[in-house]
Amino acid sequence: MMANAPDIIPDVYVVADNILSPIGSTTVENLASLQTGVSGVKAQSRPAISNESFVASLFDDEQIKVIDKSYTRFESLLVSSITDALSGLGENFLNEKTGLIISSTKGNIDLLETEAHNDELNQRIALHTSAQIVADCFRIKAKPVVLSNACISGVMAILTGLRMIRSGQYDQVIVTGADVISKFVYSGFKSFQALSAEVCKPFDKDRAGLNLGEGAATVILSKNKLSDSDVKVSSGAISNDANHISGPSRTGHELGFAIKKALLDAGIASNDIGYISAHGTATNYNDEMEANAINFAGLQRVPLNSLKPYYGHTLGAAGLIESIIAIHAIKTGQIFSSLGYTESGVTQTVNVVTELTNTNITHALKTASGFGGCNAAMVFSK
Amino acid sequence: MRSKPHRVLGVVMQQWFLASNMSAPKYITSACIISNDTVTLNGEQSFAGDNSGVDSFLLSVYQHFQLSYPKFHKMDRLSKLGWLAAELLLQNFDSAYYQPEQVGTVLANANSSLDMDLKYYDSISDVPSPSLFVYTLPNIVAGEICIRHHFKGENAFFVQPKFDAEFIQGQVDQLLDQNILQACICGWVDVLGQAYEAKLYLVEKIKKDNAVEFAADQMK
Repeated sequence: MMANAPDIIPDVYVVADNILSPIGSTTVENLASLQTGVSGVKAQSRPAISNESFVASLFDDEQIKVIDKSYTRFESLLVSSITDALSGLGENFLNEKTGLIISSTKGNIDLLETEAHNDELNQRIALHTSAQIVADCFRIKAKPVVLSNACISGVMAILTGLRMIRSGQYDQVIVTGADVISKFVYSGFKSFQALSAEVCKPFDKDRAGLNLGEGAATVILSKNKLSDSDVKVSSGAISNDANHISGPSRTGHELGFAIKKALLDAGIASNDIGYISAHGTATNYNDEMEANAINFAGLQRVPLNSLKPYYGHTLGAAGLIESIIAIHAIKTGQIFSSLGYTESGVTQTVNVVTELTNTNITHALKTASGFGGCNAAMVFSK
Repeated sequence: MRSKPHRVLGVVMQQWFLASNMSAPKYITSACIISNDTVTLNGEQSFAGDNSGVDSFLLSVYQHFQLSYPKFHKMDRLSKLGWLAAELLLQNFDSAYYQPEQVGTVLANANSSLDMDLKYYDSISDVPSPSLFVYTLPNIVAGEICIRHHFKGENAFFVQPKFDAEFIQGQVDQLLDQNILQACICGWVDVLGQAYEAKLYLVEKIKKDNAVEFAADQMK
């Protein structure tokens, strides 16, 4: 039966990537920061965002390159990130079979804080306006796709890109995402009492909420493997809790379902997964739900970390940044310490990595969950 | 490596579904359009408002159809609009026919959650409200529909300059053809100020009375 299966379904590879964050403007720089335990999360004094100082991972102005004065901060981040990701791929890499997917939760919403409000501003804020600006910048003819699915946007954007290549619509897809932290976003998370006054501690007994973070990231997906070390995007799945718009499932079964479905679609079993990059926001509810889901899927012994103590929660960029780190974990076998973790604060077992670990990883799992009850799981493979 | 039965099954299933050009037929089994002060169900106008504005109109739809869901009154306009359209769309839906994970949503709009973003932003000089902030994401309307109808399948929210029916059809085709979902609510739900439009379609693989074949043209 296997022999008869037509071999027309292309595998999809990650052929290039970029992480643009306060701790590095390339993936290499970011990996170097993580290796030495450097975090972007620190006390910030930003009167434009909050009158009080707060803990977050934010860009300094000079870290954001001005490419074109008409670009917003959000668009500059996307363009810089894509430019770096494409830099090693040659002049002719982009063609008419190239797609573009953009992931963000709030895009240009910070313009509300600096610009006069009118219909023109409404258009300027629209995510599809930014998407067209980015597409035009890289002369991409395809209609850009914008995915805005709360905090699973970045992971889901990769899944969407995977499907677009598998369906034959595109040969390569640029998947990019970013979010900036503004007064709008900060005040909202603060009103939820979701913010920690110190660097967040995912899965720890003393965890006290999340930190916000700024960042952008890009993966270039292709049906053609360009290097032997290129990692494959194997599968992904999405589910909804159908429980509460701002609180996660009590059982974790829905994220667990997405994980199990992703494993089934990848044709692997739970013990094939060598590393889990968790969502791990360090809120009480998220980490407990995620631990339940991981147990439900039989993954409780798999080494796991959350990168939120390094980056904060970068919203629409988080799934991309964290997937890129997982992709490089497969390449190098290196799993970074889940900073600040000392003792479990969730009721189910999870194997949190507390020191830089070298191992062999064939398959890695990335999970994410967000407001609206959405959950995502992706499998990347050697 | 020892061949594991579930591994082989998973790969075979995936290959088969992905390779299969013979996609299962799909039908629009229900359609609900709410715009211009009217509700149109399966092509027939079933309610008209009295041009008293979006908030009053949405409430009058809720009352006219004698709906009872206290949480409705806490929702923002986008969620109210999408929730109402889904409620009417699903009047004859037999949810027992599906597992919760087999039903999902693929939605799009132009203005994301900007209608609520403006309202929330106006409030933050006073005391920022978590109950407003939670609606400053476009996919919350999908969450509200999933909670109401106990749908646990994939849900996606796309932002587009205008309703791209071909794109939405492509997304839904993939989800149903690859058996990721067996039924999907898809379409457009957009609100900004007094302007609003919902066009929702229920797509299933079973043919029902008055069902039309699922195609982008049927959503225009």
